[in-house]
Amino acid sequence: MADTGTITAPQKYNEETLIEELGYDDHFHDHHHGDKYQSSFIFHYIFSMDHKMIARQFLITGMFWAVIGGLMSLVFRLQLGFPEESMAWLKPILGGWITVNEAGIGTLAPEFYYALVTMHGTIIVFFVLTAGLSGTFSNLLIPLQLGARDMASPFLNMLSYWFFFSAGVVMFLSLFLSTGPFSGGWTAYPPLSALPQASTGSGAGMTMWSFSMVLFVVSVLLGGINYITTVLNLRTKGMSLWRMPLTIWAFFVTAIIGLLSFPVLVSGILLLILDRELGTSFYLSEIFIGGSALDHVGGSPILYQHLFWFLGHPEVYIIILPAMGIVSEVLSVHARKPIFGYKAMVYSILAIAFLSFIVWAHHMFMSGVNPFISNFFVIFTLIIAVPSAVKVFNWIATLFGGNIRFTAACLFGIGFVSMFISGGLTGIFLGNSAIDVQLHDTYFVVAHFHIVMGIAAFFGMYAGVYHWFPKMYGRLMNETLGRIHFWGTLVGAYAIFWPMHYIGMAGVPRRYYSFDNFQAFAHFDMINKFITVAAIIVFALQVLFLINFFYSIWNGKKLTTKNPWKASTLEWTTPINPGHGNWPGRIPTVQRWPYDYGKGGNDYISQITPEQEWEREYDEAH
Amino acid sequence: MATATVENINKGRSKIHPQKFALIIGCASMMMMFVAFTSALIVRQAQGNWLEFNFPSIFNYSTIVIVVSSLTMHGAYFAFTRGSEFFYKALLITTAILGMVFIYLQYQGWLEMNADGIFLDGNPSGSFVYVITASHAGHLLAGISTIIMALLHAFILPYKVTPRRKHRFQLVVWFWHFVDFLWLYLFVLFLAAY
Ligand code: HEM
Ligand SMILES: [Cu+2]
Repeated sequence: MADTGTITAPQKYNEETLIEELGYDDHFHDHHHGDKYQSSFIFHYIFSMDHKMIARQFLITGMFWAVIGGLMSLVFRLQLGFPEESMAWLKPILGGWITVNEAGIGTLAPEFYYALVTMHGTIIVFFVLTAGLSGTFSNLLIPLQLGARDMASPFLNMLSYWFFFSAGVVMFLSLFLSTGPFSGGWTAYPPLSALPQASTGSGAGMTMWSFSMVLFVVSVLLGGINYITTVLNLRTKGMSLWRMPLTIWAFFVTAIIGLLSFPVLVSGILLLILDRELGTSFYLSEIFIGGSALDHVGGSPILYQHLFWFLGHPEVYIIILPAMGIVSEVLSVHARKPIFGYKAMVYSILAIAFLSFIVWAHHMFMSGVNPFISNFFVIFTLIIAVPSAVKVFNWIATLFGGNIRFTAACLFGIGFVSMFISGGLTGIFLGNSAIDVQLHDTYFVVAHFHIVMGIAAFFGMYAGVYHWFPKMYGRLMNETLGRIHFWGTLVGAYAIFWPMHYIGMAGVPRRYYSFDNFQAFAHFDMINKFITVAAIIVFALQVLFLINFFYSIWNGKKLTTKNPWKASTLEWTTPINPGHGNWPGRIPTVQRWPYDYGKGGNDYISQITPEQEWEREYDEAH
Repeated sequence: MATATVENINKGRSKIHPQKFALIIGCASMMMMFVAFTSALIVRQAQGNWLEFNFPSIFNYSTIVIVVSSLTMHGAYFAFTRGSEFFYKALLITTAILGMVFIYLQYQGWLEMNADGIFLDGNPSGSFVYVITASHAGHLLAGISTIIMALLHAFILPYKVTPRRKHRFQLVVWFWHFVDFLWLYLFVLFLAAY
């Protein structure tokens, strides 16, 4: 570094002047388009077409669902940890699902236990970690970080939110059915899902589940079309693909995966609906209920599993890729270092996306697929570990030697890396079809996917919320509360899921209401109690986050500068509270890649700053 | 100097209209839905217990009709841009009619299958044909409604070739070609499978 000392006299640029001089005028504010949608309360806050408002709608709706989904898990954890305790006190909320005997002891109805597990999974996977995560941040950041006024089609964007909202309404109503919501697992395997008489939740509950999912898919598709089109068409001048922040790469590839995989789920659900309503036999064959044979002949339940997991596996990457993008950005900014291996990061996203389409049958090793075909899926599954490891290596290398500011956002980013490593390693166990014979459908799988997807994606989301909250609301969240939130959640989450690996290896199956009849598992009851207590504490910490979030919206510390984190990407060149169209005047043009941190002694160089004299020599020297 | 770099950087940016791009991606995603159906069909067929039957010959005629409709559609667009108002309108109407004839023929095909004892709720080999052709017909109906929009433009607005109208017309044309192509894909697959 010393030798470059003479040439690194950093030139001072004023951002306003840069935008004025180098920005380009698209005459956006000459015609008053859009304003008519902004003027009234209804069109500003409810039927908004502004991507920033839609992002906040996705986020807050996602939070609502996270609370519901989280509370559900507490109820079934109580059942698992303290099966002998009375649940009579829940009667006022859960009503008929708690049966109270003469002695006043309340027990959770087994059917409702299954309904809770099912709804918990569906809600968290789709409503929270898909819509709440990628919906929020794709909407917020794609236009802001690319230098666009808004999405390619603000109208479709609004529709996308409202389809998501309607999907939520349908699912929510199904919670109040007298027969309960669907209860056959979030994967909705037939025959449980295909036969209304199979269980209480398989009737009206399943009908509403499938209807809700179709609405949800429409939302994802409308959103995805918009994200892709915006990324490819509305980048500002100078924003070549290789100058896009990794967040945008991640959202972009996520949208592509979604567009290619969600329609397959629709096909699968459509055939399921036909089996239920019109008597076809796509998934049903020779089934006896109550001693008499059903008419359905010639179907194959495995067919559904193929269709489901063809979506299902890409879906887990639809959840994790946005979190990865967010974490890459947040770590680089808060470590004040360029992201390590930018291109490798992009290529690994692409590789993961591609591989995610050819590994789905690793969920079906135990469903009777041909072992020879299984081998094919074992190999590709294990290959996914390669690009995943590349990413992990790059995150660690980014942090290494960095001037790390341990903000809440940064901590959650680091926590994400930790969780992704822990959960990814157990994936390698599961990916071996021979080991999966023992582990399939046990708590080992539950531990694997909660750590690698559930917790990791939540951490990515929290990193994003703490980091971009100032952009969303013009205020800061409380850092101290944020750090308590992080450390508590990190320790608590491991406390919940680490022990599950052990009980899973011992063969304890997932989705069981009670282990009373299994002597072999009796000695795990202390572990189960421990997990339940940890879960309650972790939930309480998330309430702390919510309090921090909502309190800060109105009472957080006001921003005094446009760029609180000193980040180089474009969203921080907009005014503190950007209006419709994001930039009041000209749109900035992009002069460099997004990760110039610590270059030649400069803390950061904004993407709108043109290349300077000394840099050429500097780049050659490095 | 700085401005010069900006212009250089922007060379080679794609000029395709965002709406067209969105349409292409939308079609790709619809295509995936049918890819899922047809893969399910192939996988299911390989599992045995598969009822063989004669694929209704009427689908051959519907195939011819839809291919011709794609040609007339293209002709209409050609006429529109070359200033021949009469052919523009006439061919557009022809396309709409051919589209409806296609739906009618599909319906006849279903009747023929029904008459042969192949029912929707029978062996999946028949159910697949019903479900896939009906989903395709649904997409085709969406195509017909866009043609109706185009017809309204053709007959209500004074004839004039503007970039905006050209663009909108192209969207209709592209979607129609897509549903046509989709049918060809399905038809070839059916011929191979049945
Ligand atoms: C190195 C990478 C990974 C490998 C090798 C791997 C492998 C596997 C395997 C083989 C299973 C099936 C286990 C069974 O049911 O018996 C599984 C389940 C699962 N994995 Fe992974 N995985 C990896 C990473 C991930 C990531 C990154 C996510 C999400 C972001 C994820 C989410 C899930 C989910 C949700 C399930 C369970 C679904 C269910 O049955 O309900 N996995 N994984
Ligand atoms: Cu998977």
